[in-house]
Amino acid sequence: MHPAPSVIIFTALSGLGFGLLFFLGFGFPEPRGWTAFGYFFVAYALGVGGLLASTLHLGNPQRAAKAFRQWRTSWLSREGVAAVATLLVMAVYAIGLIFFDHALPLFGWLGGLLALLTVFTTSKIYNQLKTVPRWNLPLTPVLFFAYALAGGALLAGQAMLAAVLLLLLSALQWAGWQLGDKAFANAGHSIETATGLGELGKVRQLEGPHSGTNYLLQELVHVVGRKHAQKLRLIAIVTLGLIPAALLLFLPVGQFVLLIALASHLIGLFISRWLFFAEAEHVVGLYYDLR
Amino acid sequence: MTALPQTTEKKLGLVIDLDTCVGCHACVINCKEWNTSNYGAPLSDMDAYGEKPVGTFLNRVHTYEVKQPGRTAQTVHFPKSCLHCEAAPCVTVCPTGASYKRVEDGIVLVNESDCIGCGLCAWACPYGAREMDRAEGVMKKCTLCVDRIYNDNIPEIDRIPACVRTCPAGARHFGDFADPDSHVSRLSAARGGMELMPEQATRPVNRYLPPRPKTDITGDGKIDLLAPYLDDLPTETGGFLGWLDKALERF
Repeated sequence: MHPAPSVIIFTALSGLGFGLLFFLGFGFPEPRGWTAFGYFFVAYALGVGGLLASTLHLGNPQRAAKAFRQWRTSWLSREGVAAVATLLVMAVYAIGLIFFDHALPLFGWLGGLLALLTVFTTSKIYNQLKTVPRWNLPLTPVLFFAYALAGGALLAGQAMLAAVLLLLLSALQWAGWQLGDKAFANAGHSIETATGLGELGKVRQLEGPHSGTNYLLQELVHVVGRKHAQKLRLIAIVTLGLIPAALLLFLPVGQFVLLIALASHLIGLFISRWLFFAEAEHVVGLYYDLR
Repeated sequence: MTALPQTTEKKLGLVIDLDTCVGCHACVINCKEWNTSNYGAPLSDMDAYGEKPVGTFLNRVHTYEVKQPGRTAQTVHFPKSCLHCEAAPCVTVCPTGASYKRVEDGIVLVNESDCIGCGLCAWACPYGAREMDRAEGVMKKCTLCVDRIYNDNIPEIDRIPACVRTCPAGARHFGDFADPDSHVSRLSAARGGMELMPEQATRPVNRYLPPRPKTDITGDGKIDLLAPYLDDLPTETGGFLGWLDKALERF
């Protein structure tokens, strides 16, 4: 799949933002006044910024509001509804903390749960696609939760919890890559099943349907970027999980340490999210004899 | 609504005969011609006369080589367009309801005025049947020439999809698969019509007829027509050339 910056930024930032909203909603921490404003500003900037980034890849962004209509069937629609509901409910909670020095825990809990629901719907947009076996694994939503919670805990300043979650995330992500590597073969797809010509022998493409490129190849068949995948995986695991966890566990936790841990986490997060798209093989590539 | 209908009254679709298709791409061209000038946004080309032309097509013809060990390879031309699946995954993922499957005839269509161009339907389709139009930012796909097949303003003989109408080899057939006596149903049954990528469980309506087996000319190691003459060919060369051959072998 084409690793478009808009979707990488969208999934990475909105995951962090909604992860932070989850912790804020349940009172970890429960800041007041200007401090509360700072926390909620970061959470909303990430969440809303991510959602806005996702509209950049639309062909007709002016009609984006129509995407709220099909929540009964479409995970993308559900994601939009869940995100807006989270932001609205949390706004009530945030206004209480910022302006009235008063917590409304019911709104906080509801908003926190909605934030988790939003992360789940985001993961399902990718997880539901049988055409991309690497994403069509039960571990995909688990990983999205792990990213949102680990990053959210880090942003919320919950140092010990963040360290544990970051280590857990590293392990889960590593397992995800190992399982993902086998997913395409396990799903049983091949150029023979794609063309139905398997009974006649071994199939290969002799001539493509077009001499240039097309939308399908540009969007769904990304083969160039995987050359350094193994090295990038290693860099991602170290920067997104191991370095920040080590900093939080072995150094006295303060603003500066948290900031460095966050910077390292962001680098790893973006690399791993780039790999999430670049390594995902769509079955349509079989028709082009390309994976 | 992007919920799929439980069942459709008709199941209109195509039979594509891989034995007959000669790979001329006439279906591709006639499809582009009809659909760029009729229903919906035109099928645009980008940089059409430049170095890297790219354009929107609803129908593409791949060419494959099929080879069994010890046998002559076989060339198969393979036209590919929307299969109008009964369990169309492209429809249910649509967030706006722009994509839908018609209850009356099973055709999968895009309402372009509702399409936001998110591209998720193209991600969900295993067959590469949907292409985003770069000029309009909306998803384009085969309409089964819905604006021809019910069109009273054109001669009756033309009320079939453009690709079927134009095929010079007669490799494409259009009809109703819900009717077991329709010519497409009978043709598919007689020739072992197959689904593409059945493991995706999309239940495509379109059927592909596998190529008939080729006469095997290498099975017994002889080419029958010329074999009697070929038998007499010497396996070793004598004279100066024979000596030279052996000398060079040794060298």
